[in-house]
Amino acid sequence: MTMGNSNLSFLRRFSAAGPLLMLAVLFVLLSVFVPDFLGLRNMRGLILSVTLVATIAPTMMLVLALREVDLSVGSTTALAGVLCAVVMSSTGSVAAGVLAGLAAGAAVGFVNGFVVARFQVNSLIVTLATMEIVRGLAFLASGGEAVSIPVERFYQLGSGAFLGINYPIWIAVLGFVVFAVVLNRMVFGRNVLAIGGNPEAARLAGVPVNRVRVIVFVLQGLAAGLAGIVLAARITSGQPNTSQGLELAVISACVLGGVSLSGGVATVVGVIVGVLIMGAAQNALNLLDVPTFYQFVVRGGILLAAVLFDRLRQSPGFLKFGTTKA
Amino acid sequence: MALLSYEGVGKTFPGVVALAGVSFSVAAGEIRALMGENGAGKSTLLKILAGEYHPDSGTVKVDGQARAFAGPRDSAAAGVAIIHQELHLAPDLSVAENLMLGAFPGRGGFVDAKALRAKAAEILQRLGEDIDPDAPVRSLSIGKRQMIEIGKALLRDARVIAFDEPTSSLSARETETLMRIIRDLKAEGRAILYVSHRMEEVFALSDSVTVLRDGRHVVDYLSMGEVDQTKLIAAMAGRTITDIYDYRARPLGEETIAAEALLGPGLRQPVAFAARRGEILGFFGLVGAGRSELFRLLYGAETPTGGRLRVNGKPATFKGPRDAIAAGLALCPEDRKGEGIFPLAAVRENIAVATRNLGSGEAAFLSGGAEARTAQDLIALMRVKTASAETPIGTLSGGNQQKAVIARWLAADSEILLMDEPTRGIDVGARSEIYGHIYRLAEAGKTVLFVSSDMPEVMGVADRIVVMREGAIAGVVDRSEATSELLLRLALPDAAGAAH
Repeated sequence: MTMGNSNLSFLRRFSAAGPLLMLAVLFVLLSVFVPDFLGLRNMRGLILSVTLVATIAPTMMLVLALREVDLSVGSTTALAGVLCAVVMSSTGSVAAGVLAGLAAGAAVGFVNGFVVARFQVNSLIVTLATMEIVRGLAFLASGGEAVSIPVERFYQLGSGAFLGINYPIWIAVLGFVVFAVVLNRMVFGRNVLAIGGNPEAARLAGVPVNRVRVIVFVLQGLAAGLAGIVLAARITSGQPNTSQGLELAVISACVLGGVSLSGGVATVVGVIVGVLIMGAAQNALNLLDVPTFYQFVVRGGILLAAVLFDRLRQSPGFLKFGTTKA
Repeated sequence: MALLSYEGVGKTFPGVVALAGVSFSVAAGEIRALMGENGAGKSTLLKILAGEYHPDSGTVKVDGQARAFAGPRDSAAAGVAIIHQELHLAPDLSVAENLMLGAFPGRGGFVDAKALRAKAAEILQRLGEDIDPDAPVRSLSIGKRQMIEIGKALLRDARVIAFDEPTSSLSARETETLMRIIRDLKAEGRAILYVSHRMEEVFALSDSVTVLRDGRHVVDYLSMGEVDQTKLIAAMAGRTITDIYDYRARPLGEETIAAEALLGPGLRQPVAFAARRGEILGFFGLVGAGRSELFRLLYGAETPTGGRLRVNGKPATFKGPRDAIAAGLALCPEDRKGEGIFPLAAVRENIAVATRNLGSGEAAFLSGGAEARTAQDLIALMRVKTASAETPIGTLSGGNQQKAVIARWLAADSEILLMDEPTRGIDVGARSEIYGHIYRLAEAGKTVLFVSSDMPEVMGVADRIVVMREGAIAGVVDRSEATSELLLRLALPDAAGAAH
């Protein structure tokens, strides 16, 4: 937002450009070493494959910017998909199914946010608990098995396209646009950054801290619910065991994109880049036929590297660049 | 023979001279009281002794040997123990474990529980305290916990023991026990440095007293016979007030804020006061007198347990800071970094945050242009030295951060400003600018309430001074009647009785 400002410190320039640089290098490396990587078909597949992460990433960005975390998104995605399938197969109504999925997501988010804000409990632990609870609910609602969706019209959401671009991509893009506006142009977004930057200062400056916390978690739940619905449309069923470890991918993408784990710093562009880095890495692993077991190691390694990078960015030695002495 | 001596010890922090060439010494078997107002340099002296700070000049000698402590472990190894106000104990470990922490008896990494218990019991017996060595420290009173700190000093056979206001949270009986133990330590030939604001204790306990003021050594009274309370207070207070304050009188309007019998966390007696439009009301007192707590109550940051608040003639109850802000209040907190600023955010963001949350709600879009203009205007008005409005505020100096926090409330057009230590950690140049802003605010008809531990500042800037002592208002003094002796007498715990 302050590009071209001559006073932009080295630090800010670096954190803005760092992820983009990483993505560029990754793309060059992959196109050289991985056969077929740059092909149109593969690119399309890559983009489509990141839509699940991309749909949840903007709201995870808000959660992290708030100095919180949400581990329950993978489970919420599964629950929303299952409920969507169950309701749709019993009523035959697409609207009712979608509504059920969204409602489930919002409810999980509300519980997370309410417990975190009202009882001042660490969100890592709260959402670790709800991650298990919600996964359990997904199994209970489905009877432990995939619930097939008999309404074919609904599949369009997953496989249909507008202007040659699949709906899931449109949805992800729309999410980024909406939350870019929320983060940068609305009081709400600035309040999120203020709370993440210094919660007590925010409270004393009149920011409705608890309300913002609850709303952010509800938005996160809604986004996970939406992602679950779209996923159900793509796989034409509600699967209770889907999206395990999704939270890890989403958080990695955000942190790679420069969202600070200590709150207060986030950019949508960074998150988009982070999502693409995750997608490119995953895609390359698939193209290279790397066995799944190794993929776990690589994904965890990426998160660890991203977190270390985040720490490095904030260390005092790093911050000294661009200090204006008054 | 002097066990502890400071020789020309000096220490400067950015913009502040904390100690300037302080020299005095404490002999074996002597209890030396160290007195002075807040900011006189007592804590700095103790921190140098503890190895937490390094002096810029001069030397500290322990047992005749010049010491340059690299850190607290070094200081402890040289036979120094500091008993702090805040105790450094592990609450969930037992008394015995806390006593022996860092020096557990045992072999090969295994603790010899029996030896641990026996050693602890022996120390506790020496203290004459009936404390169960197996009890978790959490279950003990503050007084008993302090005994454990002293026990740790005994265990290390510390020859120099410094107490930093040890009785501030003790009951009368606990204080008595502590006095007895300190006398025992003296009888064993240790050197005791005793920091306290309490006159009675100082006269009852110490052999001699050293007075500091503004980081300078004022006087040593080597026997308590040659000094009385009045003399001590004069030595602590006496100073000339410079003209960096440039006080300007102004007309006052109707009452804007008033407290009646207000009670809450941090207040021990009901508090009542009132302030008017255009008035600058100073709140003076020692650290811990309840001034910041009172401000937090007025601001709705804490919930009152009793009493009433009136704002602009109407009863006011604040559920939180948001209500107080809506009623026209503003708070510039003492802990600027922890509670005032958003360090990574731009100066503009820091100024705009309150205004954004005043009006049309969070769903509103930012009025980017207007916000930027307001920020620019206020940065110019307050003379905030920053490269641009988009510079992260964390990179600015303390004085400029403070000016930006004040600008935040100018943007929100607040009528009643609560400023908690507005010039703390700010250099002299920026200070007089802040005073100028305070006068301008008052001249514009706003009410300014400010807490300050700096006596010349309170006397230089305030129209009236509310003096607080131990969670209550000890007196309200008009500017024309304020003398440093009077303020100090009101502020010190035991001196008030003697004054009347």
